[in-house]
Amino acid sequence: MSRDHMSDGKTRHAIRLDRRRFLQVLASTAGALVVGIRLADAAGAPLPAALLGENFHDLGAYVRIDGDGNVLIGARDPDTGTGVATSLPRIIAEELDADWNRVSVVALGLGVSNSNGQPQWTYGRQVGGTGGSIPAAWNDLRQVGALARWLLMQAAARRLGVSANRLRCDSGTVIAPDGRRVTYGSLAADASQVALPASAPALKAASSYQLVGYPAGDVDAHDIVTGQAHYAIDQHLGDALVAVLVHCPWPDGTLSRIDTSDALAVKGVVKVVQLKPEPGQPWGSTVIAPAVAVLAKDTWAALQGRAKLKLEWKPGASAGESSAALEQQALAMLGSQTAPTTRVRDDGDFDAAGKKAVRRFEASYFQPWLAHATAEPMNCLVRLDKDRARLVVPTQAPQKAWAVVQRLTGLTPDQIDIRVPRVGGGYGRRLDHDFVAEAVMLAKAVDTPVRLLWTREQDFSHDYYRSGCVHSFKAIVDRKRQLTGWHQRIASASALAHRGVPEDRLWSSELRADQLPAGLVPNYRSDWYAQQSAQPRGPFRGMPHLSNAFAVESFIDEIAHQMLEDPLKTRLRILGEPRQLPLGNGATLDIGRLRNVLQLVADRIEWKNWLRSVNGLGIACWHIDGAYVAHAIETAMQDQKLTIQRVVCAVDVGRVINPLGLHGQVVAATLDALSTALNPAVTFKNGQVQQHNYKDYPLASMAQLPNDVEVIVVPGDRAPTGASFLAMPTAAPALANAVFRVSAVRVRRLPLMKEFLRLR
Amino acid sequence: MAQVQGQILPTSQASNIVPEPVRDGIDLHINGEHYRHTGDPQMPLLWYLRDVLRLTGTKYAGEHGENGADLILLGDKPVSAITLPMSSLADKSVTTVEGLAANDGTLHPLQQAFIDEDAIGCGYCTPGWLISGVALLRRKPKPGDDDIDQLPNLCRCGCQTRVRHAIKRAAAGKAAQP
Repeated sequence: MSRDHMSDGKTRHAIRLDRRRFLQVLASTAGALVVGIRLADAAGAPLPAALLGENFHDLGAYVRIDGDGNVLIGARDPDTGTGVATSLPRIIAEELDADWNRVSVVALGLGVSNSNGQPQWTYGRQVGGTGGSIPAAWNDLRQVGALARWLLMQAAARRLGVSANRLRCDSGTVIAPDGRRVTYGSLAADASQVALPASAPALKAASSYQLVGYPAGDVDAHDIVTGQAHYAIDQHLGDALVAVLVHCPWPDGTLSRIDTSDALAVKGVVKVVQLKPEPGQPWGSTVIAPAVAVLAKDTWAALQGRAKLKLEWKPGASAGESSAALEQQALAMLGSQTAPTTRVRDDGDFDAAGKKAVRRFEASYFQPWLAHATAEPMNCLVRLDKDRARLVVPTQAPQKAWAVVQRLTGLTPDQIDIRVPRVGGGYGRRLDHDFVAEAVMLAKAVDTPVRLLWTREQDFSHDYYRSGCVHSFKAIVDRKRQLTGWHQRIASASALAHRGVPEDRLWSSELRADQLPAGLVPNYRSDWYAQQSAQPRGPFRGMPHLSNAFAVESFIDEIAHQMLEDPLKTRLRILGEPRQLPLGNGATLDIGRLRNVLQLVADRIEWKNWLRSVNGLGIACWHIDGAYVAHAIETAMQDQKLTIQRVVCAVDVGRVINPLGLHGQVVAATLDALSTALNPAVTFKNGQVQQHNYKDYPLASMAQLPNDVEVIVVPGDRAPTGASFLAMPTAAPALANAVFRVSAVRVRRLPLMKEFLRLR
Repeated sequence: MAQVQGQILPTSQASNIVPEPVRDGIDLHINGEHYRHTGDPQMPLLWYLRDVLRLTGTKYAGEHGENGADLILLGDKPVSAITLPMSSLADKSVTTVEGLAANDGTLHPLQQAFIDEDAIGCGYCTPGWLISGVALLRRKPKPGDDDIDQLPNLCRCGCQTRVRHAIKRAAAGKAAQP
């Protein structure tokens, strides 16, 4: 028992991959082979092996092959339902030629070490739900599996007396030309003693893939269906107090009166604590609004205490705000001749082109403020000791959570331990960590571990919302029906305001300079008009594509209709011939791939019936950073009731890691987008958000959604792109376009159902 | 028996041990096990499950249970656990998601169908879908689309079409095995 594990774990070598990353190999005392990717320390050197010991979590993203042949792979990115806990390990397992049935996946916490007081992220990028996990892992993680496989093959070559290049691997076994087989498990200890190659071993050829490109179920599925999957909200600590809050109804209000006597009289209630935002901290890093916390021995006592608090709040300057007035202001801005806050793109000369126009088109689209409505409410478990902070956080970005904890505690980087279990929905909400700030402030105030729980009411009324927006368009067409001029103007409150982002970049959360039809119209102009609001805004799934695709793809449909033309034909003419189109930001738009997804959904939904079908067919397409998506939707009117009959979605994401996972993401994003378009909206009056629960912010019921979503995946071998929100932007415009076909009602305002019923 | 006891424990000697009085409580069955709740009778079942028993498969998602993540089976009926005070559960039988599988770990056909159809997004609301789905299958072993349309659960991850397929798959499988 007195064995010193630290001295037993030996790094044989480390291979430098590039300036900042090393592959490291560890021989575990248990006879396991461990290979990880590690970032270099400040001096650019690999960490000494003795410091790693058995603690192979410190290796960074890693794979461990045990003596019994079981394989353990660390998954570094938070899984909010995007499937990265499955797909990232499969990228490693593929290069390893592992038997997937023997692979277990463990969710890694935040990987951070101390580099002269600065944090060093030992696992590299750790962000979930922003579409970047797969592309980053493709560049980053494959070498781990490849090196482990190379070492196992060298060990097998020695044992079998056969040269390594005559061996092959299959599902956790090395196979000799004469058919002799050696399992990875029996080779693990020997492999950890093999001297490393001078450089990282070559990666597999795609033609030999056995896991990448083949379907795999979610690694957590069994735990989820049996109720054994533990989210952050399910974590307990014996001595932790449960904290629930009452937030000020105004983000900039103040507490004017407090009477805690009844609350403190509730059995189990321990303390009442006031929280205030820290001035000067950007949104997401501090408390969102003043709050009063009730801390109690259990949740029920805390909630009862909360109900008995007597509080009066004084409104701040925001009390004059309303979402309706903001929309009026947006219309006034767009109707005036004032210069935009930012002219985002200006190709050709829109004004000059207008003089030669044969036809002009104009329309405006109105989209509401939106809330995230994550199923798992904000929560956080924190335990603070003198020299250590331990947290369980439902976050999409543990490194950002770390920064909040570090600032509030003053601890060194490696004294902060953040665990991230599976997360109950993110959609961008968990890129902000106001709730972590609250939990840490409370733990400091009461000197006890704290388990913070937001109620659903708080979740809806104290969100970082997606801003409402108005999109106004002017387009011009020449004699040959060519779109020669396009002017899109947007008024909205930037999601990047109050976050330390320079004024001239605030537009970038509201539109993209390269979005359709930029690059396809000779005289193209896009303008953004800044609105101010005290209501916090933040990242939102699919932003800014969600709002822009609805407006742009609806407007193109309107142009087609006014030209008495099939909207598919109009779109194909705007796109033009298949070609690589430089977008001006280093990226290119592959017109062929975009046309392809459009054509695929059109064929599947039998677009040739577009004109004569009694049902309504609608179509839309979009591109996001080298990935392409199109939706075709069929709607029906039965007894004055609108129903979604069929939904087809085609995506082209390059190489597909897990087809089952991708299918799920496409279906999921489609349904989320339809649900978001159909009913819900956040409104505020007198500075107060009016939605407090699901009945005020109705997500779609089972009955309102289609029975199926048909998914077409374009096979490809280009480097994979993220897909977590790719299928969101085109669902709503395809639906609105289909609604127009079936009912002649053009919906220019979301939520769609309310507007449809108003106009019908 | 009394005689045997009498031989071991001399009855003449006075004992200063005061027996613990039998505490009043609410007796109920959860997943086939007997429990007695001796705390606040007004405590909702959800917090009893999560904070006292640490059965965390039943999820909190709102004060009124609209999300459906906190559904449990009260007998055969799906009910939101946050709306059920413990006082209403005396001698009642509750099944949570943890109690759907057989004792030997064999999954309920609907649990297996959720895995087979990949009917999972973030998974947080999944236990609630399973409970309402199991209740539907018990009531109507061959449910149609209209029946499935009535499920009360909400999900922003967009698992609805896959849940529909899973329920149909489970229903079909059940029919195949007598």
